[in-house]
Amino acid sequence: MIVARREVLTGRLVLLVIVAITVLPFLSLLSAALQPSNSDPLGIQWPSDPQWSNFVDAFNVAQMPALLWSSILIVVGVVPIAVVISTMAGFAIGHLRIIGGRFIFLLFLLGLTLPFEGIITPLYYLVRDLGILNTKWAIILPLIGLYMPFAVFWMRAHFINMPTELSEAARVDGASTLDLFWRIHLPLARPALSALAILLSVWTWNQFLLALVLVDDPLQRTMAGALGAYQGHYATNIPLLCAGSLLILTPTLIIFLVFQRQFISALLQGSLKG
Amino acid sequence: MDDSSLLQSSHRTNVATELRTRPSRRVRSSNVVGWLFVVPALVMYAAFVLLPLVLTVQYSLYHWDGIGPSQWVGLKNYVTVLTDPDLLGVILNAFKLIVFFTLLPVSLGLVVASIMRRVATGRFGTMARTILFLPQIIPLVAAGIAWKWVLSTSGVVNQILSAIGLGGVTRAWLGDFDFALPAVGIIGAWVLIGLCTILLLTGMSKIDPALYESARIDGAGAVREFRSITLPGLRQEIGVCITVTVIAALASFDIVYVATGGGPGLATTVPGLDIYQLAFAGREVGLASALAVVLFILVLACVLPIQRLARGDET
Repeated sequence: MIVARREVLTGRLVLLVIVAITVLPFLSLLSAALQPSNSDPLGIQWPSDPQWSNFVDAFNVAQMPALLWSSILIVVGVVPIAVVISTMAGFAIGHLRIIGGRFIFLLFLLGLTLPFEGIITPLYYLVRDLGILNTKWAIILPLIGLYMPFAVFWMRAHFINMPTELSEAARVDGASTLDLFWRIHLPLARPALSALAILLSVWTWNQFLLALVLVDDPLQRTMAGALGAYQGHYATNIPLLCAGSLLILTPTLIIFLVFQRQFISALLQGSLKG
Repeated sequence: MDDSSLLQSSHRTNVATELRTRPSRRVRSSNVVGWLFVVPALVMYAAFVLLPLVLTVQYSLYHWDGIGPSQWVGLKNYVTVLTDPDLLGVILNAFKLIVFFTLLPVSLGLVVASIMRRVATGRFGTMARTILFLPQIIPLVAAGIAWKWVLSTSGVVNQILSAIGLGGVTRAWLGDFDFALPAVGIIGAWVLIGLCTILLLTGMSKIDPALYESARIDGAGAVREFRSITLPGLRQEIGVCITVTVIAALASFDIVYVATGGGPGLATTVPGLDIYQLAFAGREVGLASALAVVLFILVLACVLPIQRLARGDET
């Protein structure tokens, strides 16, 4: 494409401004995090005497290792189960075309645009009656259910495009439905599965409302929930708050930068289908 | 429309012939097994979504403080939601947020994406994409905390305003009755611009480059090109952006909870936050549930027409 030189320059300038605005809040956090603890910092200022120890303090007060471990456990509790059962359902609805599958699918679709706030109140009483309030299960079990509309929708979209000839050929060779699923369709669904797993992991890691309502102890929460609790405690000590927030963000940022291609394509596909 | 129903019916006959040609025992057994495949997902969905949804509707018909006995009040809670000026204001806030969560990211996203398509190739483009996508992967709570600091009295925004001689307009943006809601809106826009930009950019890359070339030959300028080729070609992607961002605006919670807690007064309280406060602090479970049902209906009422419009002449 031939583009005029002046257009390239103005275009890049506009982009630089947008990129700068995107980075600004992060820089501002960093600048404040390097000021002396309990001081009253100003916007962005050059840290003449950078207090890297704030990060150490925040690491200790926020109990970072425990937080990380809790979030990892929740993701491990949610994502594999959610992916497996939604794949099975998507396979039955999209490929086996079971009787009544259309109705079931519409039932799942109903939940696709449901805001979590819409059912958080009964969820609280439900979780309390199950005796799992303030445990990781209070986040894990409801999240699996809440992810079903999207996950089933996603996997059905994959399976509905799979040629039926494939299964027919396998049937002729004597494969059972279970064989068909495990040996043929699951391996073929790997790209759809991994994208779904990435999406669900990010959403779980960043889940705030369920953590806030159903779990009091920050050490049993997701990363976002822990961050909310941390903010509640250190709202007045801005350098420490900023250092802690950055620390809590770091694992997400590292994983994103390493797997950015997969992340971006998963999130894009996710919003296109949803 | 005709085409799609035709497709559907031909598809249905396909399924029918397929069912007929298979031995009937196998059909039955594959259906039983098929249903077993659906059961786990259905059970989790029913237990943690459908049941709470039914319970929300049930609660909404009662007056209940969450502890003591409940009292049947019929539709009274709904009347309150739809007539109480405070609650109406809260619902209106969600719609005002659409301006910032939807209009701003989608229109800016269109501009930025068309710039990127033309000038940001190679390394610079990749870097810009990655950075623009950052707000999308961090928790909204983090966005709230960072922006609360940026917009505070001694934050960067005021610092910049003072530096360019606009010291007179500096204020605690999130604590100001007139500016708090737009300020919250800006946070949402910051989160969503990257997603919209990159979605639209992906859509643009699917448009046939030959269209642009022939437009060039016909002497079309950048603006004309944008209006006649880019915009119509992006119908579906724009639909997706609008759907996602409208839901984000109507169902917003995290950002508001962290940045303002709904204040000052009720200036930034949105339905999601009000449901939480009414149910867990105000002990008005019935009213909170009625608001929840209204919110769900509002989301559906906004999203379904958008979907229909965006998919209009497709299929």
